[in-house]
Amino acid sequence: MALGFTLAYLALIVLIPLTGLVLRSASLGFPGFWHVATDPRTVNALKISFGTSLIAAVINVIFGIIVAWVLVRYRFPGRRIVDAIVDLPFALPTAVAGIALTALYSKNGWIGRWLDLIGIKVAFTPIGITIALIFIGLPFVVRTVQPVMEEIRKEVEEAAATLGANRFQTITRVLLPGLQPAILTGFALAFARAVGEYGSVIFIAGNLPYVSEIAPLLIVIRLEEFDYAGATAIATIMLLISFFMLFVINLIQAWSRRRYGYGA
Amino acid sequence: MALESGPVTDPTATARHATTERRTARFVLTGIALAFLALFLVLPLVSVFVEAFRKGPTEYLAAFSEPDAQAAIRLTLLVASIAVPLNVVFGVVAAWAIAKFEFKGKAFLTTLIDLPFSVSPVISGLVYVLLFSSQSALGPWLKSQGIEILFAVPGIVLATMFVTFPFVARELIPLMQEQGTTDEEAALSLGANGWQTFWHVTLPNIKWGLLYGVLLCNARAMGEFGAVSVVSGHIRGLTNTMPLHVEILYNEYNFVAAFAVASLLALLALVTLVLKTLLELRYGAELRAVGGH
Repeated sequence: MALGFTLAYLALIVLIPLTGLVLRSASLGFPGFWHVATDPRTVNALKISFGTSLIAAVINVIFGIIVAWVLVRYRFPGRRIVDAIVDLPFALPTAVAGIALTALYSKNGWIGRWLDLIGIKVAFTPIGITIALIFIGLPFVVRTVQPVMEEIRKEVEEAAATLGANRFQTITRVLLPGLQPAILTGFALAFARAVGEYGSVIFIAGNLPYVSEIAPLLIVIRLEEFDYAGATAIATIMLLISFFMLFVINLIQAWSRRRYGYGA
Repeated sequence: MALESGPVTDPTATARHATTERRTARFVLTGIALAFLALFLVLPLVSVFVEAFRKGPTEYLAAFSEPDAQAAIRLTLLVASIAVPLNVVFGVVAAWAIAKFEFKGKAFLTTLIDLPFSVSPVISGLVYVLLFSSQSALGPWLKSQGIEILFAVPGIVLATMFVTFPFVARELIPLMQEQGTTDEEAALSLGANGWQTFWHVTLPNIKWGLLYGVLLCNARAMGEFGAVSVVSGHIRGLTNTMPLHVEILYNEYNFVAAFAVASLLALLALVTLVLKTLLELRYGAELRAVGGH
Protein backbone atom coordinates (compact mmCIF):
# COMPACT_ATOMS: atom_id res chain seq x y z
CA MET A 1 0.00 0.00 0.00
CA ALA A 2 2.84 2.35 0.88
CA LEU A 3 4.42 1.59 -2.46
CA GLY A 4 1.15 2.14 -4.28
CA PHE A 5 0.71 5.56 -2.68
CA THR A 6 4.31 6.47 -3.50
CA LEU A 7 3.86 5.52 -7.14
CA ALA A 8 0.50 7.27 -7.47
CA TYR A 9 1.77 10.52 -5.94
CA LEU A 10 4.95 10.38 -7.99
CA ALA A 11 2.94 9.82 -11.17
CA LEU A 12 0.48 12.63 -10.43
CA ILE A 13 2.92 15.33 -9.45
CA VAL A 14 6.01 14.48 -11.50
CA LEU A 15 5.63 11.81 -14.16
CA ILE A 16 2.35 12.75 -15.85
CA PRO A 17 3.27 16.44 -16.22
CA LEU A 18 6.74 15.53 -17.55
CA THR A 19 5.26 13.01 -19.96
CA GLY A 20 2.90 15.72 -21.14
CA LEU A 21 5.93 17.82 -22.03
CA VAL A 22 7.54 15.01 -23.99
CA LEU A 23 4.29 14.17 -25.85
CA ARG A 24 3.74 17.80 -26.67
CA SER A 25 7.26 18.02 -28.00
CA ALA A 26 6.78 14.86 -30.05
CA SER A 27 3.60 16.30 -31.56
CA LEU A 28 5.73 19.06 -33.09
CA GLY A 29 7.25 16.50 -35.40
CA PHE A 30 10.88 16.52 -36.32
CA PRO A 31 10.72 19.46 -38.78
CA GLY A 32 8.94 21.66 -36.25
CA PHE A 33 11.35 20.65 -33.51
CA TRP A 34 14.36 21.24 -35.76
CA HIS A 35 13.02 24.66 -36.75
CA VAL A 36 12.99 25.81 -33.09
CA ALA A 37 16.23 24.03 -32.21
CA THR A 38 18.19 25.75 -34.99
CA ASP A 39 16.63 29.19 -34.52
CA PRO A 40 19.63 31.53 -33.98
CA ARG A 41 18.10 33.04 -30.85
CA THR A 42 17.58 29.56 -29.34
CA VAL A 43 21.08 28.46 -30.29
CA ASN A 44 22.57 31.59 -28.76
CA ALA A 45 20.56 31.24 -25.55
CA LEU A 46 21.67 27.61 -25.19
CA LYS A 47 25.28 28.58 -25.89
CA ILE A 48 25.15 31.31 -23.26
CA SER A 49 23.48 29.02 -20.71
CA PHE A 50 25.90 26.14 -21.20
CA GLY A 51 28.98 28.36 -21.64
CA THR A 52 28.48 30.44 -18.49
CA SER A 53 27.46 27.30 -16.54
CA LEU A 54 30.66 25.56 -17.61
CA ILE A 55 32.89 28.48 -16.55
CA ALA A 56 31.01 28.85 -13.25
CA ALA A 57 31.28 25.11 -12.53
CA VAL A 58 35.05 25.13 -13.21
CA ILE A 59 35.54 28.10 -10.87
CA ASN A 60 33.36 26.38 -8.28
CA VAL A 61 35.43 23.21 -8.51
CA ILE A 62 38.70 25.10 -7.90
CA PHE A 63 37.42 27.18 -4.99
CA GLY A 64 35.07 24.46 -3.74
CA ILE A 65 38.01 22.10 -3.25
CA ILE A 66 39.95 24.78 -1.36
CA VAL A 67 36.93 25.60 0.84
CA ALA A 68 36.24 21.92 1.56
CA TRP A 69 39.93 21.28 2.35
CA VAL A 70 40.14 24.23 4.72
CA LEU A 71 36.91 23.16 6.48
CA VAL A 72 37.99 19.52 6.81
CA ARG A 73 41.66 19.95 7.70
CA TYR A 74 42.18 23.25 9.48
CA ARG A 75 40.87 24.45 12.80
CA PHE A 76 40.21 28.16 13.14
CA PRO A 77 37.76 30.27 15.17
CA GLY A 78 34.34 30.43 13.55
CA ARG A 79 34.84 27.30 11.47
CA ARG A 80 31.34 25.99 12.31
CA ILE A 81 29.77 29.25 11.17
CA VAL A 82 31.78 29.26 7.95
CA ASP A 83 30.73 25.67 7.36
CA ALA A 84 27.07 26.62 7.83
CA ILE A 85 27.38 29.62 5.49
CA VAL A 86 28.40 27.34 2.62
CA ASP A 87 24.75 26.19 2.50
CA LEU A 88 23.44 29.75 2.15
CA PRO A 89 22.73 29.40 -1.61
CA PHE A 90 20.53 26.36 -0.82
CA ALA A 91 18.50 28.36 1.68
CA LEU A 92 18.41 31.85 0.15
CA PRO A 93 15.58 32.28 -2.40
CA THR A 94 17.05 32.75 -5.86
CA ALA A 95 15.22 36.02 -6.52
CA VAL A 96 16.78 37.51 -3.37
CA ALA A 97 20.24 36.41 -4.47
CA GLY A 98 19.52 37.84 -7.92
CA ILE A 99 18.64 41.36 -6.80
CA ALA A 100 21.42 41.40 -4.18
CA LEU A 101 24.07 40.45 -6.73
CA THR A 102 22.74 43.01 -9.19
CA ALA A 103 22.93 45.73 -6.52
CA LEU A 104 26.53 44.71 -5.73
CA TYR A 105 27.78 44.55 -9.30
CA SER A 106 25.85 47.38 -10.97
CA LYS A 107 27.82 50.48 -11.93
CA ASN A 108 27.38 52.18 -8.56
CA GLY A 109 27.30 49.02 -6.44
CA TRP A 110 29.90 48.13 -3.80
CA ILE A 111 31.89 45.94 -6.17
CA GLY A 112 30.71 47.18 -9.56
CA ARG A 113 31.96 50.68 -8.76
CA TRP A 114 35.56 49.48 -8.49
CA LEU A 115 35.36 47.16 -11.48
CA ASP A 116 33.89 50.02 -13.51
CA LEU A 117 36.99 52.10 -12.77
CA ILE A 118 39.17 49.52 -14.49
CA GLY A 119 36.67 49.19 -17.31
CA ILE A 120 35.06 45.84 -16.41
CA LYS A 121 31.30 45.66 -16.74
CA VAL A 122 29.74 42.78 -14.83
CA ALA A 123 26.03 43.51 -14.45
CA PHE A 124 24.02 42.95 -17.65
CA THR A 125 26.81 40.92 -19.30
CA PRO A 126 27.66 37.19 -19.39
CA ILE A 127 30.18 37.86 -16.57
CA GLY A 128 27.23 38.79 -14.36
CA ILE A 129 25.46 35.55 -15.31
CA THR A 130 28.61 33.61 -14.41
CA ILE A 131 28.83 35.30 -10.99
CA ALA A 132 25.21 34.39 -10.19
CA LEU A 133 25.92 30.81 -11.25
CA ILE A 134 29.03 30.67 -9.07
CA PHE A 135 26.83 31.73 -6.15
CA ILE A 136 24.22 29.00 -6.61
CA GLY A 137 26.67 26.23 -7.59
CA LEU A 138 29.33 26.44 -4.87
CA PRO A 139 27.63 24.30 -2.18
CA PHE A 140 27.17 21.44 -4.65
CA VAL A 141 30.95 21.07 -5.03
CA VAL A 142 31.80 21.62 -1.36
CA ARG A 143 29.12 19.26 -0.04
CA THR A 144 30.08 16.51 -2.48
CA VAL A 145 33.85 16.71 -1.91
CA GLN A 146 33.83 17.43 1.85
CA PRO A 147 32.52 14.06 3.13
CA VAL A 148 34.98 12.14 0.93
CA MET A 149 37.87 14.28 2.22
CA GLU A 150 36.80 13.46 5.78
CA GLU A 151 37.10 9.77 4.96
CA ILE A 152 40.72 10.00 3.78
CA ARG A 153 42.82 7.95 6.17
CA LYS A 154 45.89 9.63 7.60
CA GLU A 155 47.86 6.41 6.97
CA VAL A 156 47.75 7.01 3.23
CA GLU A 157 49.42 10.38 3.59
CA GLU A 158 51.89 9.04 6.14
CA ALA A 159 52.82 6.24 3.76
CA ALA A 160 53.39 8.73 0.95
CA ALA A 161 55.52 10.87 3.25
CA THR A 162 57.65 7.96 4.49
CA LEU A 163 58.21 6.93 0.89
CA GLY A 164 59.81 10.33 0.32
CA ALA A 165 56.99 12.32 -1.27
CA ASN A 166 56.90 15.96 -0.35
CA ARG A 167 53.60 17.54 0.63
CA PHE A 168 52.84 18.81 -2.87
CA GLN A 169 53.45 15.36 -4.39
CA THR A 170 51.29 13.73 -1.72
CA ILE A 171 48.43 16.07 -2.55
CA THR A 172 48.64 15.94 -6.34
CA ARG A 173 49.61 12.28 -6.75
CA VAL A 174 47.88 10.59 -3.80
CA LEU A 175 45.00 12.68 -2.45
CA LEU A 176 43.53 14.39 -5.52
CA PRO A 177 43.22 11.19 -7.62
CA GLY A 178 41.21 9.63 -4.80
CA LEU A 179 38.94 12.68 -4.72
CA GLN A 180 38.47 12.73 -8.47
CA PRO A 181 35.07 10.97 -8.62
CA ALA A 182 33.65 13.26 -5.94
CA ILE A 183 35.06 16.30 -7.72
CA LEU A 184 33.52 15.17 -11.01
CA THR A 185 30.15 14.58 -9.35
CA GLY A 186 30.28 17.98 -7.67
CA PHE A 187 31.16 19.57 -10.99
CA ALA A 188 28.27 17.82 -12.76
CA LEU A 189 25.77 18.80 -10.05
CA ALA A 190 26.88 22.44 -10.04
CA PHE A 191 26.84 22.50 -13.84
CA ALA A 192 23.38 20.90 -14.11
CA ARG A 193 21.93 23.28 -11.55
CA ALA A 194 23.50 26.27 -13.30
CA VAL A 195 22.08 25.35 -16.70
CA GLY A 196 18.52 25.39 -15.37
CA GLU A 197 18.94 28.35 -13.02
CA TYR A 198 16.53 31.23 -13.54
CA GLY A 199 15.80 33.41 -10.49
CA SER A 200 19.29 34.49 -9.52
CA VAL A 201 20.35 35.08 -13.14
CA ILE A 202 17.60 37.14 -14.76
CA PHE A 203 18.16 40.26 -12.67
CA ILE A 204 21.90 40.52 -13.24
CA ALA A 205 21.85 39.23 -16.83
CA GLY A 206 20.22 42.22 -18.51
CA ASN A 207 18.55 39.69 -20.81
CA LEU A 208 19.76 41.07 -24.12
CA PRO A 209 18.82 38.61 -26.91
CA TYR A 210 21.92 36.97 -28.46
CA VAL A 211 24.16 38.48 -25.74
CA SER A 212 22.96 37.75 -22.23
CA GLU A 213 19.72 35.82 -22.67
CA ILE A 214 19.72 32.39 -21.00
CA ALA A 215 17.70 29.39 -22.23
CA PRO A 216 15.27 29.23 -19.25
CA LEU A 217 14.41 32.89 -19.83
CA LEU A 218 13.78 32.24 -23.52
CA ILE A 219 11.29 29.53 -22.45
CA VAL A 220 9.47 32.10 -20.30
CA ILE A 221 9.49 34.63 -23.16
CA ARG A 222 8.03 32.07 -25.58
CA LEU A 223 5.35 31.20 -23.02
CA GLU A 224 4.42 34.85 -22.63
CA GLU A 225 4.06 35.03 -26.43
CA PHE A 226 1.78 31.95 -26.15
CA ASP A 227 4.29 30.15 -28.39
CA TYR A 228 3.86 26.91 -26.42
CA ALA A 229 5.49 24.85 -29.18
CA GLY A 230 8.63 26.97 -29.07
CA ALA A 231 8.81 26.86 -25.27
CA THR A 232 8.30 23.09 -25.28
CA ALA A 233 11.03 22.48 -27.85
CA ILE A 234 13.62 24.51 -25.92
CA ALA A 235 12.60 22.78 -22.68
CA THR A 236 12.96 19.38 -24.33
CA ILE A 237 16.47 20.17 -25.56
CA MET A 238 17.43 21.27 -22.06
CA LEU A 239 15.85 18.18 -20.50
CA LEU A 240 17.66 15.86 -22.91
CA ILE A 241 20.98 17.45 -22.00
CA SER A 242 20.12 17.29 -18.26
CA PHE A 243 19.24 13.59 -18.46
CA PHE A 244 22.45 12.95 -20.31
CA MET A 245 24.30 14.66 -17.45
CA LEU A 246 22.40 12.60 -14.87
CA PHE A 247 23.37 9.48 -16.78
CA VAL A 248 27.04 10.55 -16.79
CA ILE A 249 26.91 11.23 -13.02
CA ASN A 250 25.57 7.72 -12.45
CA LEU A 251 28.31 6.26 -14.63
CA ILE A 252 30.98 8.16 -12.72
CA GLN A 253 29.58 6.93 -9.42
CA ALA A 254 29.40 3.33 -10.59
CA TRP A 255 32.96 3.57 -11.90
CA SER A 256 34.12 5.15 -8.66
CA ARG A 257 32.54 2.39 -6.57
CA ARG A 258 34.34 -0.22 -8.64
CA ARG A 259 37.66 1.57 -8.52
CA TYR A 260 37.76 3.03 -5.02
CA GLY A 261 35.16 1.02 -3.19
CA TYR A 262 32.96 4.00 -2.34
CA GLY A 263 30.45 6.15 -4.13
CA ALA A 264 30.97 9.86 -4.55
CA MET B 1 55.41 3.72 25.88
CA ALA B 2 59.21 3.37 26.09
CA LEU B 3 59.37 2.57 22.40
CA GLU B 4 57.48 5.68 21.43
CA SER B 5 59.65 8.19 23.29
CA GLY B 6 62.27 8.19 20.56
CA PRO B 7 64.29 11.16 19.28
CA VAL B 8 65.14 14.21 21.33
CA THR B 9 63.52 16.60 18.85
CA ASP B 10 59.77 16.88 19.18
CA PRO B 11 58.52 13.85 17.23
CA THR B 12 55.05 15.31 16.67
CA ALA B 13 56.55 18.24 14.78
CA THR B 14 57.86 16.14 11.89
CA ALA B 15 54.88 13.79 12.00
CA ARG B 16 52.49 16.68 11.68
CA HIS B 17 54.56 18.18 8.92
CA ALA B 18 54.28 15.06 6.80
CA THR B 19 50.49 15.04 6.80
CA THR B 20 49.66 18.70 6.67
CA GLU B 21 50.86 21.81 4.89
CA ARG B 22 53.38 24.38 6.06
CA ARG B 23 52.06 27.17 8.24
CA THR B 24 52.19 29.70 5.40
CA ALA B 25 50.36 27.39 3.00
CA ARG B 26 47.66 26.79 5.60
CA PHE B 27 47.37 30.50 6.16
CA VAL B 28 47.10 31.30 2.44
CA LEU B 29 44.55 28.54 1.72
CA THR B 30 42.37 29.57 4.67
CA GLY B 31 42.60 33.17 3.49
CA ILE B 32 41.56 32.25 -0.05
CA ALA B 33 38.62 30.15 1.17
CA LEU B 34 37.36 32.81 3.57
CA ALA B 35 37.81 35.64 1.05
CA PHE B 36 35.94 33.67 -1.62
CA LEU B 37 33.04 32.89 0.72
CA ALA B 38 32.93 36.47 1.98
CA LEU B 39 32.90 37.90 -1.52
CA PHE B 40 30.45 35.49 -3.13
CA LEU B 41 28.14 34.47 -0.29
CA VAL B 42 28.31 36.84 2.67
CA LEU B 43 28.47 40.14 0.80
CA PRO B 44 25.24 39.54 -1.19
CA LEU B 45 23.46 38.57 2.04
CA VAL B 46 24.68 41.69 3.85
CA SER B 47 23.74 43.91 0.92
CA VAL B 48 20.11 42.74 1.12
CA PHE B 49 19.79 44.27 4.59
CA VAL B 50 21.84 47.37 3.78
CA GLU B 51 19.72 48.13 0.71
CA ALA B 52 16.52 47.46 2.65
CA PHE B 53 17.46 50.02 5.32
CA ARG B 54 18.98 52.54 2.88
CA LYS B 55 16.25 55.08 3.57
CA GLY B 56 15.79 54.29 7.24
CA PRO B 57 13.52 52.04 9.28
CA THR B 58 10.34 53.99 8.49
CA GLU B 59 10.63 53.35 4.76
CA TYR B 60 11.58 49.75 5.53
CA LEU B 61 8.44 49.15 7.59
CA ALA B 62 6.29 51.03 5.08
CA ALA B 63 7.00 48.25 2.57
CA PHE B 64 5.05 45.82 4.75
CA SER B 65 2.02 47.99 5.33
CA GLU B 66 1.24 47.82 1.62
CA PRO B 67 -1.77 45.51 1.00
CA ASP B 68 -0.03 43.81 -1.96
CA ALA B 69 2.97 42.93 0.20
CA GLN B 70 0.70 41.53 2.90
CA ALA B 71 -1.21 39.52 0.32
CA ALA B 72 2.08 38.14 -1.01
CA ILE B 73 3.21 37.12 2.49
CA ARG B 74 -0.15 35.45 3.15
CA LEU B 75 -0.03 33.59 -0.17
CA THR B 76 3.52 32.36 0.45
CA LEU B 77 2.51 31.05 3.88
CA LEU B 78 -0.63 29.43 2.44
CA VAL B 79 1.25 27.70 -0.39
CA ALA B 80 3.95 26.39 1.95
CA SER B 81 1.34 25.20 4.45
CA ILE B 82 -0.26 23.05 1.73
CA ALA B 83 2.77 21.90 -0.24
CA VAL B 84 5.09 21.05 2.65
CA PRO B 85 2.73 18.75 4.63
CA LEU B 86 1.74 16.89 1.45
CA ASN B 87 5.38 16.34 0.54
CA VAL B 88 6.14 15.30 4.12
CA VAL B 89 3.47 12.59 3.94
CA PHE B 90 4.79 11.49 0.57
CA GLY B 91 8.41 11.60 1.74
CA VAL B 92 7.76 9.45 4.80
CA VAL B 93 5.67 6.91 2.89
CA ALA B 94 8.12 6.74 -0.03
CA ALA B 95 11.12 6.34 2.27
CA TRP B 96 9.25 3.67 4.26
CA ALA B 97 8.39 1.76 1.08
CA ILE B 98 11.91 2.00 -0.31
CA ALA B 99 13.86 1.35 2.88
CA LYS B 100 11.79 -1.32 4.58
CA PHE B 101 10.63 -3.47 1.66
CA GLU B 102 12.37 -5.32 -1.13
CA PHE B 103 11.07 -4.96 -4.67
CA LYS B 104 12.34 -4.73 -8.21
CA GLY B 105 13.20 -1.36 -9.71
CA LYS B 106 13.99 0.26 -6.37
CA ALA B 107 17.02 2.13 -7.72
CA PHE B 108 14.96 3.37 -10.63
CA LEU B 109 12.22 4.61 -8.28
CA THR B 110 14.82 6.50 -6.22
CA THR B 111 16.12 8.13 -9.40
CA LEU B 112 12.58 9.16 -10.36
CA ILE B 113 12.03 10.75 -6.95
CA ASP B 114 15.19 12.82 -7.47
CA LEU B 115 14.03 13.88 -10.92
CA PRO B 116 12.66 17.34 -9.99
CA PHE B 117 16.15 18.30 -8.76
CA SER B 118 17.58 17.93 -12.23
CA VAL B 119 14.80 19.80 -13.99
CA SER B 120 15.03 23.57 -14.44
CA PRO B 121 12.45 25.39 -12.27
CA VAL B 122 11.14 27.06 -15.41
CA ILE B 123 10.47 23.65 -16.97
CA SER B 124 8.75 22.54 -13.74
CA GLY B 125 6.32 25.40 -14.25
CA LEU B 126 6.05 24.82 -17.98
CA VAL B 127 4.83 21.23 -17.58
CA TYR B 128 1.82 22.46 -15.63
CA VAL B 129 1.13 25.20 -18.16
CA LEU B 130 1.07 22.55 -20.89
CA LEU B 131 -1.17 20.31 -18.81
CA PHE B 132 -3.77 22.89 -17.80
CA SER B 133 -3.64 25.64 -20.44
CA SER B 134 -6.64 26.36 -22.65
CA GLN B 135 -4.72 24.68 -25.50
CA SER B 136 -4.42 21.40 -23.59
CA ALA B 137 -6.85 18.48 -23.48
CA LEU B 138 -7.72 19.17 -19.86
CA GLY B 139 -7.94 22.96 -20.00
CA PRO B 140 -11.31 23.54 -21.73
CA TRP B 141 -13.02 20.91 -19.56
CA LEU B 142 -11.68 22.46 -16.34
CA LYS B 143 -12.85 25.84 -17.57
CA SER B 144 -16.35 24.54 -18.22
CA GLN B 145 -16.40 23.20 -14.66
CA GLY B 146 -15.32 26.59 -13.34
CA ILE B 147 -12.06 25.19 -11.96
CA GLU B 148 -9.10 27.52 -12.21
CA ILE B 149 -5.66 25.99 -11.82
CA LEU B 150 -3.32 27.98 -14.01
CA PHE B 151 -2.68 31.60 -13.02
CA ALA B 152 -4.40 30.80 -9.72
CA VAL B 153 -3.45 29.41 -6.32
CA PRO B 154 -3.82 25.68 -7.21
CA GLY B 155 -1.23 26.03 -10.00
CA ILE B 156 1.20 27.75 -7.63
CA VAL B 157 0.73 24.97 -5.08
CA LEU B 158 1.28 22.27 -7.74
CA ALA B 159 4.45 23.92 -9.09
CA THR B 160 5.77 24.32 -5.54
CA MET B 161 5.02 20.67 -4.79
CA PHE B 162 6.91 19.65 -7.91
CA VAL B 163 10.11 21.51 -7.04
CA THR B 164 10.08 20.54 -3.35
CA PHE B 165 9.02 16.96 -4.09
CA PRO B 166 12.33 15.15 -3.31
CA PHE B 167 13.47 17.01 -0.17
CA VAL B 168 11.90 14.93 2.61
CA ALA B 169 12.13 11.59 0.80
CA ARG B 170 15.81 11.89 0.00
CA GLU B 171 16.74 12.83 3.56
CA LEU B 172 14.81 9.88 4.96
CA ILE B 173 15.67 7.12 2.47
CA PRO B 174 19.37 6.73 3.43
CA LEU B 175 18.53 7.21 7.12
CA MET B 176 15.86 4.50 7.14
CA GLN B 177 17.99 2.17 5.05
CA GLU B 178 20.80 2.53 7.56
CA GLN B 179 18.47 1.75 10.45
CA GLY B 180 17.30 -1.45 8.80
CA THR B 181 14.19 -3.37 9.77
CA THR B 182 15.20 -5.07 13.04
CA ASP B 183 13.35 -2.58 15.29
CA GLU B 184 10.20 -2.97 13.23
CA GLU B 185 10.51 -6.76 13.22
CA ALA B 186 10.84 -6.77 17.00
CA ALA B 187 7.74 -4.58 17.35
CA LEU B 188 5.73 -6.78 14.98
CA SER B 189 6.79 -9.96 16.77
CA LEU B 190 5.65 -8.41 20.07
CA GLY B 191 2.19 -7.99 18.59
CA ALA B 192 2.16 -4.42 17.31
CA ASN B 193 0.22 -3.79 14.13
CA GLY B 194 1.67 -1.93 11.15
CA TRP B 195 0.39 1.47 12.21
CA GLN B 196 1.58 1.07 15.82
CA THR B 197 4.97 -0.04 14.56
CA PHE B 198 5.25 3.04 12.40
CA TRP B 199 3.98 5.45 15.04
CA HIS B 200 5.92 4.12 18.05
CA VAL B 201 9.05 2.66 16.47
CA THR B 202 9.85 4.07 13.02
CA LEU B 203 8.76 7.67 13.52
CA PRO B 204 10.75 8.28 16.75
CA ASN B 205 13.79 6.83 14.99
CA ILE B 206 13.59 9.25 12.08
CA LYS B 207 12.23 12.37 13.77
CA TRP B 208 15.41 14.47 13.48
CA GLY B 209 16.02 13.46 9.90
CA LEU B 210 12.39 14.28 9.16
CA LEU B 211 12.70 17.71 10.76
CA TYR B 212 15.85 18.31 8.70
CA GLY B 213 13.99 17.45 5.51
CA VAL B 214 10.99 19.58 6.44
CA LEU B 215 13.28 22.54 7.10
CA LEU B 216 14.89 22.36 3.66
CA CYS B 217 11.58 21.62 1.95
CA ASN B 218 9.96 24.64 3.60
CA ALA B 219 12.82 26.99 2.72
CA ARG B 220 12.58 26.02 -0.92
CA ALA B 221 8.76 26.12 -0.93
CA MET B 222 8.67 29.68 0.41
CA GLY B 223 11.51 30.88 -1.78
CA GLU B 224 10.70 29.20 -5.09
CA PHE B 225 10.74 31.67 -7.93
CA GLY B 226 11.14 30.17 -11.42
CA ALA B 227 8.45 27.50 -11.36
CA VAL B 228 5.93 29.68 -9.54
CA SER B 229 6.66 32.62 -11.82
CA VAL B 230 5.66 30.59 -14.88
CA VAL B 231 2.29 29.42 -13.51
CA SER B 232 1.33 32.44 -11.42
CA GLY B 233 0.19 34.98 -13.98
CA HIS B 234 1.58 37.72 -11.71
CA ILE B 235 -1.75 39.14 -10.57
CA ARG B 236 -0.96 41.62 -7.83
CA GLY B 237 -2.63 40.89 -4.53
CA LEU B 238 -3.93 37.55 -5.84
CA THR B 239 -1.26 35.26 -7.30
CA ASN B 240 1.97 36.98 -6.25
CA THR B 241 4.09 35.13 -3.74
CA MET B 242 6.83 36.95 -1.84
CA PRO B 243 9.64 36.20 -4.34
CA LEU B 244 7.38 37.32 -7.21
CA HIS B 245 6.45 40.47 -5.31
CA VAL B 246 10.18 41.19 -4.88
CA GLU B 247 10.61 40.93 -8.64
CA ILE B 248 7.72 43.30 -9.39
CA LEU B 249 8.90 45.91 -6.90
CA TYR B 250 12.44 45.65 -8.23
CA ASN B 251 11.36 46.06 -11.84
CA GLU B 252 9.37 49.14 -10.81
CA TYR B 253 12.62 50.59 -9.38
CA ASN B 254 11.04 50.49 -5.93
CA PHE B 255 14.33 49.17 -4.54
CA VAL B 256 13.82 49.82 -0.82
CA ALA B 257 10.51 47.94 -0.81
CA ALA B 258 11.95 45.14 -2.98
CA PHE B 259 14.88 44.64 -0.60
CA ALA B 260 12.62 44.99 2.43
CA VAL B 261 10.47 42.05 1.30
CA ALA B 262 13.67 40.25 0.22
CA SER B 263 15.09 40.78 3.72
CA LEU B 264 12.20 38.78 5.18
CA LEU B 265 13.09 35.91 2.84
CA ALA B 266 16.77 36.30 3.74
CA LEU B 267 15.81 36.07 7.44
CA LEU B 268 13.93 32.88 6.66
CA ALA B 269 17.09 31.54 5.02
CA LEU B 270 19.20 32.49 8.04
CA VAL B 271 16.77 30.86 10.48
CA THR B 272 16.79 27.75 8.29
CA LEU B 273 20.60 27.65 8.32
CA VAL B 274 20.79 28.14 12.09
CA LEU B 275 18.24 25.38 12.81
CA LYS B 276 19.92 23.09 10.29
CA THR B 277 23.33 23.65 11.89
CA LEU B 278 21.92 23.07 15.38
CA LEU B 279 20.36 19.81 14.20
CA GLU B 280 23.66 18.72 12.67
CA LEU B 281 25.62 19.58 15.83
CA ARG B 282 23.15 18.01 18.23
CA TYR B 283 22.05 14.98 16.25
CA GLY B 284 24.97 14.67 13.83
CA ALA B 285 25.39 10.95 14.44
CA GLU B 286 21.72 10.24 13.73
CA LEU B 287 21.81 12.36 10.60
CA ARG B 288 25.14 11.00 9.38
CA ALA B 289 23.50 8.92 6.69
CA VAL B 290 21.87 12.04 5.29
CA GLY B 291 23.54 13.14 2.09
CA GLY B 292 23.91 16.50 0.39
CA HIS B 293 21.45 17.93 -2.07
